[in-house]
Amino acid sequence: MALPLGLRALILSAVLLVAGLGIWELSTPAVKAAGEMTEYELLMGGADQEARVPPPSQIIVRAWEELSNPFYDNGPNDKGIGIQIAYSLFRVLTGYFLAALVAIPVGFLIGMSPLMYRALDPFIQVLRPISPLAWMPLALFIIKDSEYSAIFVIFICSIWPMLINTAFGVAGVRKDWVNVARTHELGPLRTALTVILPAAAPTIVTGMRISIGIAWLVIVAAEMLVGGTGIGYYVWNEWNNLDLTSVIFSILVIGVVGMLLDAAFAQVQRAVRYQE
Amino acid sequence: MEKPFLEIDALAKRYPSPEGGELTVFEDVSFDIDKGEFVCIIGHSGCGKSTIMNVLAGLDTATAGAVTMDGKEVVGPSLDRGVVFQNYSLLPWRSALKNVTFGVRARHPEWSKEQVLEHSYKYLEMVGLSGGAEHRKPSQLSGGMRQRVSIARAFAIRPKLLLLDEPFGALDALTRGTIQDELIRIWSGSDQTVFMITHDVDEAILLADRILLMTNGPYARVAESVVIDIPRPRNRAEIIHDKAYYNIRNHLVEFLALRSKVLADEAGGDRMAGQGGEGGPRRPLTVRPGVSEDPGNPDEDGEPARRADGSVISLVR
Repeated sequence: MALPLGLRALILSAVLLVAGLGIWELSTPAVKAAGEMTEYELLMGGADQEARVPPPSQIIVRAWEELSNPFYDNGPNDKGIGIQIAYSLFRVLTGYFLAALVAIPVGFLIGMSPLMYRALDPFIQVLRPISPLAWMPLALFIIKDSEYSAIFVIFICSIWPMLINTAFGVAGVRKDWVNVARTHELGPLRTALTVILPAAAPTIVTGMRISIGIAWLVIVAAEMLVGGTGIGYYVWNEWNNLDLTSVIFSILVIGVVGMLLDAAFAQVQRAVRYQE
Repeated sequence: MEKPFLEIDALAKRYPSPEGGELTVFEDVSFDIDKGEFVCIIGHSGCGKSTIMNVLAGLDTATAGAVTMDGKEVVGPSLDRGVVFQNYSLLPWRSALKNVTFGVRARHPEWSKEQVLEHSYKYLEMVGLSGGAEHRKPSQLSGGMRQRVSIARAFAIRPKLLLLDEPFGALDALTRGTIQDELIRIWSGSDQTVFMITHDVDEAILLADRILLMTNGPYARVAESVVIDIPRPRNRAEIIHDKAYYNIRNHLVEFLALRSKVLADEAGGDRMAGQGGEGGPRRPLTVRPGVSEDPGNPDEDGEPARRADGSVISLVR
């Protein structure tokens, strides 16, 4: 019996999922029906002495509720999961594309000019390891708007991998290809667009893929700080509501959206890849 | 007197050497190429052949000397000088066809899309790439096919001078033979001037009107210009029966095996004695080993080659 590797992996994944959820479900005692409760338990509203992590079955029910009506809006603290995700994506993509707009041209400059590389390298090395959230107070003070501050934090955290990978990719373009451009009398702009950009594209897109991953990690933390809307705020708000079912549900949603973002960039990577 | 199409005048390349001072790769390299001529240059590794080619292409600059083409000094790369690199230098993210249109579009930015495509297809067909293969990426083509694309790209821009840097160096002998035939066929149908680096003596005799021989580096120079007196069209199987063929071949092999070093050493001795480099740029000696069979018969094509003192060059038999 020789099932293909992919199928065997799928079966194993399914087994692990069922086993994991099963153990989790069984380790969580069922909530008693009202009729079986003692008077004390009824007075306590059926709550346990100790709060427990909700079982998967409850989370699935919650997920169904939320996902069947993702865009409802009942005021500031009660919005559908779809709306929250949309806010987060808007911030992430705005900050991210602003960062790309800066990082890719500057990366080109650094990659093409050894002088600029050496001149800018110390700044990059100092700024790069700063946790993006460390910028938040400064951003709030200068920008005076929590929405834009969150976008700025995304901007600052996505810029580095794109910048460094662009510079690296551009500097590594084979000299032969640049010579082809030169012997064909291409101007600097056309050389950059028709030779260097496609040659460096796989490295650049790898940097963009790392950046979008980091941006999605950071947005949750940023939204917990700035509040109001977004998936990060949603997690924190449900924690304040002591609604752990929603907390776990939103954690899963964060994971799935991050996976989809990464998959999108994997597609782009495949499109620009070439074999020498 | 009319000026030659391409004039290389007292070219030299020196690098600062690690121990201080300078390392002279070659110096006093002077030769001319006429319009429509096919000239090969042969020399040992390190004599600076590729550097000379890069200077002609405008990709590198010489330390001294000048290159003049069509009365204009060569400064920087230009579409008038097409280059075929040894490693093909195709853009790997473009298909074979797109690699050719890349060149054609650069040459004729005013052309319509159809014109560019038609012109590119014409040259791809000329090198035998059609029927779907032109849509493949270079990585999906064999080495021979890749070099064909590279040749098509260079010919399609119709440069005044075509520079080939060991174009068949990385190919197996059979593929090399077919592409040599294709190259000579395409060249015969054009008035293209070609300058080509090669390591292969037989290839040079088959293709060239003239072969430039370089002495060993450092201080390499072009010592001889060997005229290939074998009538065209030449055929690989037939020229080996030509009497001139073995005379030329022996001359070349002897030069590469012995005299390239002896001449370099002699020149080195002159330099030590402080005699080197006096006078104007020295043109390489013209020799015609192919017509030496019958010394009694006066050379119809011109003077027999003579040394500076007037003695006729002794030719290898």
